[in-house]
Amino acid sequence: MEPFIRVENLCKTFFAKNGRVEAVKDISFEIGKGDIFGIIGLSGAGKSTLVRCLNLLERPSSGKIYVDGRSLTDLSERELRRARQNIGMIFQHFNLLMQRNVLDNVCFPLEIAGVKKRAARKHAMELLETVELSEKAKAYPAQLSGGQKQRVAIARVLAANPDILLCDEATSALDPRTTKSILELLKEINLRYGITIVVITHEMAVVREICTHVAVLENGRLEETGAVKDVFCSPKTEAAKRLVMNDGPDIVTAAVDENTKEVEDFAG
Amino acid sequence: MPDSATLIMLLEGTCATLYMTLVSTLFGYVLGLPMGIVLAVTDREGIKPNKFVYKLLDFFSNIIRSIPFLILLILVIPLTKAIVGKSYGSSATVVPLVIAAAPFIARMVEASLKEVDKGVVEAAQSMGAGMFTIIYKVLLAEARTSLLVGVTIAVGTILGYSAMAGAVGGGGLGDIAVRYGYHRYQSDIMIITIVILVVLVQILQGIGMLLSKRLDRRVNK
Repeated sequence: MEPFIRVENLCKTFFAKNGRVEAVKDISFEIGKGDIFGIIGLSGAGKSTLVRCLNLLERPSSGKIYVDGRSLTDLSERELRRARQNIGMIFQHFNLLMQRNVLDNVCFPLEIAGVKKRAARKHAMELLETVELSEKAKAYPAQLSGGQKQRVAIARVLAANPDILLCDEATSALDPRTTKSILELLKEINLRYGITIVVITHEMAVVREICTHVAVLENGRLEETGAVKDVFCSPKTEAAKRLVMNDGPDIVTAAVDENTKEVEDFAG
Repeated sequence: MPDSATLIMLLEGTCATLYMTLVSTLFGYVLGLPMGIVLAVTDREGIKPNKFVYKLLDFFSNIIRSIPFLILLILVIPLTKAIVGKSYGSSATVVPLVIAAAPFIARMVEASLKEVDKGVVEAAQSMGAGMFTIIYKVLLAEARTSLLVGVTIAVGTILGYSAMAGAVGGGGLGDIAVRYGYHRYQSDIMIITIVILVVLVQILQGIGMLLSKRLDRRVNK
């Protein structure tokens, strides 16, 4: 069966004033429909560049990206815009429109798709219910917490009804407990709508929490890829071993620890 | 205390100054806003980089901005005559004012649009938004506070320029100040015109700032 997303010999080289930087070096991998695929690596490993290539926010220097059998790099600009409506993306810094309220932010992709205002608003309200933020519909992003902003961003992404969701360090600016609630929301979305999710992160705990598959990136190269439990139980490469070894405490236990610590502090 | 004839003259001068300022600002934006948008969009970091178009507009706007206004005023007299039919009076002053203001406005619009968070533009691109949607619904909408501050600055600057046109018969308060204060040594009338000009700038500035604050949603309130 044809995989849902197929990346073939992807390379991305940046030309800066002080020489060239090969951010992504000859990477190939596949993602199945409905997977939650983690791409993990230290900062500078090229994972952000890689995920930005998946919707062509960054044009690859060479290589191919197939989504549902269609080669993205061969699309015209118009076709690419259509294709992007099917590939949602959320960001580390949320990237909400600061001058629009929450409801209108969620309506934005629907405006792009040409949905009538009334219908768009109705649909947006339903999505805000999904992310448990209906009471904030009239609030502006500046009035929300980080976790709430990311929930708005997720509702906004869902509005376009995409098949794929790219998460570029989506929980890196959030505290452990908020991270956990966002990851749970992502998992729920994956189950409920069957959306294939690609998660970029430097936190092993994030991968363990929600991913079904993982790719380990180091210095722009793909070191290892496979099912999460295989990579965790028997890492084959040095890069993967390092990441598994250095794996910090579980997010769940971390959050619990924090709780108990607070209680202890209070008691003590 | 000035007599009623002087008062009427001052009132007419104030109206003429306001007329020149507001009409010039309006037409300045008709030319400057699209020019500023093109500058921001075609810049190396813009959403549609185009070195040739950017350099061309960049060069053009720098040239006009480097000509002192008083000289530009004289330089464009043939054009002013062709458009308005005469080279003196309030309406005639609008022509050089617009020419001087448009590149200045374009630069301010460019700067405002470049302040918009790149991440938000990228989010819109990732949703499949086209260039015009991004310009209209992201760049202009997100930068509206900064754009309004720009309008306020533009109005103030154009008001100052319009007074300068008084030196060559441009009409308005500047004209009165030059004729009475300079040619007839009636410094009391000159001082009154200055006071009126200061009050005008204060009022316009106040309105602009109030509007831009009212329309800003980035603050927690």
